[in-house]
Amino acid sequence: MEFTERHVEGLKELLYKMADDLLIIGHRNSEWTGLGPMLEEDIAFSSMAQDKIGQSLALFELLHELGESDPDTVAFTRNAPQFHCSQLVELPIGEYDFSMVRHFFFDHAEAIRFEMLSETVFEPLAMVAKKFKGEIKYHTMHADIFMQKLAAGGEESFGRMQQAINDTFGLALGLFEPGDYEAELIEAGIFGGEAELQQRWLDKVVPLLTSYGYMVPSVDAVEPAFGGRRGVHTPHLQPLLDEMTEVFSIDPGADW
Amino acid sequence: MPESIKALLETVMDPEIPTISIVDLGIVTGIESPEPGHAKIELTPTFSGCPALRIMEQMVHDKLAESGYTHIEVKTTFNKQWNTNMISEKGLAALKQHGLAPPPKHDGYIELDVLSDTPCPYCNSRNTEMHTPFGPTLCRSMHYCKNCLNAFEAFKPVS
Repeated sequence: MEFTERHVEGLKELLYKMADDLLIIGHRNSEWTGLGPMLEEDIAFSSMAQDKIGQSLALFELLHELGESDPDTVAFTRNAPQFHCSQLVELPIGEYDFSMVRHFFFDHAEAIRFEMLSETVFEPLAMVAKKFKGEIKYHTMHADIFMQKLAAGGEESFGRMQQAINDTFGLALGLFEPGDYEAELIEAGIFGGEAELQQRWLDKVVPLLTSYGYMVPSVDAVEPAFGGRRGVHTPHLQPLLDEMTEVFSIDPGADW
Repeated sequence: MPESIKALLETVMDPEIPTISIVDLGIVTGIESPEPGHAKIELTPTFSGCPALRIMEQMVHDKLAESGYTHIEVKTTFNKQWNTNMISEKGLAALKQHGLAPPPKHDGYIELDVLSDTPCPYCNSRNTEMHTPFGPTLCRSMHYCKNCLNAFEAFKPVS
């Protein structure tokens, strides 16, 4: 079908927020390298972070084909107000309870987003989404196993994980902040929209967490952490970007 | 001719797992030779985050150049998405030769129990356990053989 300018703007907005989420959470989770509570978990987070950054690259390549700058320029030369990641992904890794709960919430949302986008009328994105679906399977499996294990790990373990769920739920809802082009994306068949994604996510994570023994906050009782999609970020994002771009910034024109 | 290009590409080996060619890995998704001396190759990534993508494009380019091709185009796309079922029988044997348990064929649905009794690439026993579905590279999971007491890695099934 013929895309109007608004359709293309909406598509770019969608790709930017996805790519930024993946780049930033990939960077954050790579911070567990060397610090994981046990070797297998150190490797797990490092490996998943690599997947995430690779996926962000594939999306930045799509944006480049749509007329945006090349991936290195887009990833390494923007400042915080120009990023469209959710506030959820930019927070520091904290303790393992927070990182694990973030991983669980984020990866289930991504898996559903990729599932939805496998049907998009924009073919290049459909093909990429289908590829990502196979890759994220191991991420959601890992998150499910650990959410379950840690619920059954005794009082301290359960208590910390429950607290992390309570503290992170509102941040996770920030993933579904509606964009400026929801109606256009839905009508054109580009994407089913954040509202549908949020509902499908709730339908997935609430029963899972409940089956593990956790309580899940009510959506109505929690303030979603909106702002990230519009460039309104926490104080944590700029220091992350400064560190992430430190080597690149020494000589932005260098040939690597 | 595409057949002779394919034969050349069968000598381009995966830089991480040098027993397996990129053809047997299943990542060569298009070979065209519109005119003599011209080659257009399409590759697909095993994993979006595979760090060897650019290296493999360069290796393909170099192999064709040294074989006399003058107009070479190599690009990586997601037009055909890779999954482990695309590894050839010869490729699966090559993985085992390298000490990696080859992935079982899958039907598109991967669950963890598919990894739980992976045959040991050293002694073939199924008396093994998976320690983690992740490993030193994106394609590997880590296991232990209770029969011959070796730790080993598997090339994990990906849909």
